[in-house]
Amino acid sequence: MTLLLQVQGVTKRFGGLQALTQVTFDLPAGEIFGLIGPNGAGKTTLFNTINGVYHPEEGRIVFQGKDVTKMKPYYLAKMGMARTHQIVRPLNELTVRENVMVGACFGHENQHLASAAKIADEVLDFVKLSSRADQLAGSLNVAQKKRLEMARALASHPRLLLLDEVLAGLNPSEIDGMIQMILDIRTQGVTIIMIEHLMKAVMNVSDRILVLDYGEQIAEGNPKEIASDPKVIEAYLGDPKLAERLMEDD
Amino acid sequence: MRNWQKYIGIIIPLLVVAGLMLYPTVTGKAAARETAFTILKAIALASSLNILLGYTGYVSFGHIVFFGFGGYVGFYLLSSQGASLWIAILAGGLSSGILAFLLGKAILRLRGAYFALATIGVNEAMKAFINNFDLFGGPTGITLNFKTYLAYGGASKALEMAFFIVGGLACLAIIMSYVIRTSKFGLGLLAIRENEDAAEVMGVIAPDAKTWAYVLSAIIPGMIGVLFFFKNGNVEPHDAFPLHASIELLVMVMLGGQGTVLGPILGAFAYQGMRGYLVTSDFFKDIQLSVSGALLLIIVLFIPAGAVGWLRKRSELLRRVLA
Ligand SMILES: Nc1ncnc2c1ncn2[C@@H]1O[C@H](COP(=O)(O)OP(=O)(O)OP(=O)(O)O)[C@@H](O)[C@H]1O
Ligand SMILES: [Mg+2]
Repeated sequence: MTLLLQVQGVTKRFGGLQALTQVTFDLPAGEIFGLIGPNGAGKTTLFNTINGVYHPEEGRIVFQGKDVTKMKPYYLAKMGMARTHQIVRPLNELTVRENVMVGACFGHENQHLASAAKIADEVLDFVKLSSRADQLAGSLNVAQKKRLEMARALASHPRLLLLDEVLAGLNPSEIDGMIQMILDIRTQGVTIIMIEHLMKAVMNVSDRILVLDYGEQIAEGNPKEIASDPKVIEAYLGDPKLAERLMEDD
Repeated sequence: MRNWQKYIGIIIPLLVVAGLMLYPTVTGKAAARETAFTILKAIALASSLNILLGYTGYVSFGHIVFFGFGGYVGFYLLSSQGASLWIAILAGGLSSGILAFLLGKAILRLRGAYFALATIGVNEAMKAFINNFDLFGGPTGITLNFKTYLAYGGASKALEMAFFIVGGLACLAIIMSYVIRTSKFGLGLLAIRENEDAAEVMGVIAPDAKTWAYVLSAIIPGMIGVLFFFKNGNVEPHDAFPLHASIELLVMVMLGGQGTVLGPILGAFAYQGMRGYLVTSDFFKDIQLSVSGALLLIIVLFIPAGAVGWLRKRSELLRRVLA
């Protein structure tokens, strides 16, 4: 199997804070890769480092066989990497459709406006936001803004999709819908890394999972291995609510 | 979308310009032409500034530098090198575009207030430089030899021609504004305005897009500068780089509605109308700039989207019709 992404010994510091320490993993094309860890573990920072928002102090990121460690986010987007943001970033004064068109126009496929509009309508249909297409993005509620993040990323037809807590703040039926969506995206041949606090969801959909704690990679393996890993359980014991969820989902 | 809706966003603005160009002929007064010239010039400048301010979201407090610099370059060629008005206008636009390109590389990485401050610095630095630049006449500037007008059929014919050219440039500015607003490049600019980081993550090459927006917003002001000094017959540093004119342009764009095609046009119209009233009124004539400042404050506080922006927010139909 070909490796889509290689993260090799990546270290990221913010002043004195060690946000990531020697994180290393390989991601074959076609996988759903779960990324979990307590609050502040460095998960979002790892996404930011992978897609070029931050550049690591040490280590290498290789995407589709190319060293992209020092590249800007827009070049990675054009190479086929798309992401959603944990804290949503809608383009408020643009319509929902225009938001999605930005992804199609400037991302992996570099579409013209007309074809981007078509793609936007398809993707909005897929994430069930069609009825809002002509509304301003700023007028959506949080759950809809999360779906908009997803739609913008999908509209670029990416190879690799980075999902940062897309389930947070959704109600149970919305969660089921979103999970189904993620599985559908994978069948379309998109490789996915998902950060998630909802254990049940990550355990169910991920092929493999990596666990971060204080920037350190404390475990990597399939969901079964992770759920029974003593280091993981210990890490989560510092965060009783999460430990609870981990237990109830077993 | 129905066809008339699709194009009405450009038709209304062009009708406004056409009306302005006919107005002096209809009334037959020389003063009317002067008024119309001032408004058309303001429309061209405000529409250009809008590309950077309204579409890209970068506040330039010193945009008049492109008017002055391009104006100087073109006027120098016209008066000292015997270039024709057409060549001079093109050279003015080109040199302002190049200046914007170089400046853009240097200061467009600054965001928010830092960029705004840098643009003021650029304007003042340019004024100081020209003041000491002997080729452009230093502090006394350059005066056009009256004979130059002969090539255009005498002074009065030349002034009439200048009026039609300013109308043409206003149309050009509006068309450019509309084409950008409705293009893929424009979508990238709007994305940068809304959230530059998110835009970059989606693949918008923000540094390049911003630079080109800056260049495009500088070209027509450079051309207008040449034309304006040609019409006046002379240029001085003081007239070429007036900081208050930059601020007046901001007021026009914000008043009418930044980020829309029609907004800066209405803003230019309304502002010039108001200004015309103020400078002739006994009570206001000395505090006319204070009134502009107060107006800017009121807009920023109460209708930050400007008149057209405010209307567009009211209904989906208006959003489609008013580009
Ligand atoms: N730009 C930054 N500057 C300084 N510190 C930062 C920055 N970004 C993140 N951090 C710090 O790095 C650490 C990791 O943050 P990060 O957001 O990656 O955590 P996370 O695992 O995504 O947490 P959560 O589950 O709450 O989203 C935190 O201590 C955070 O405060
Ligand atoms: Mg996070």
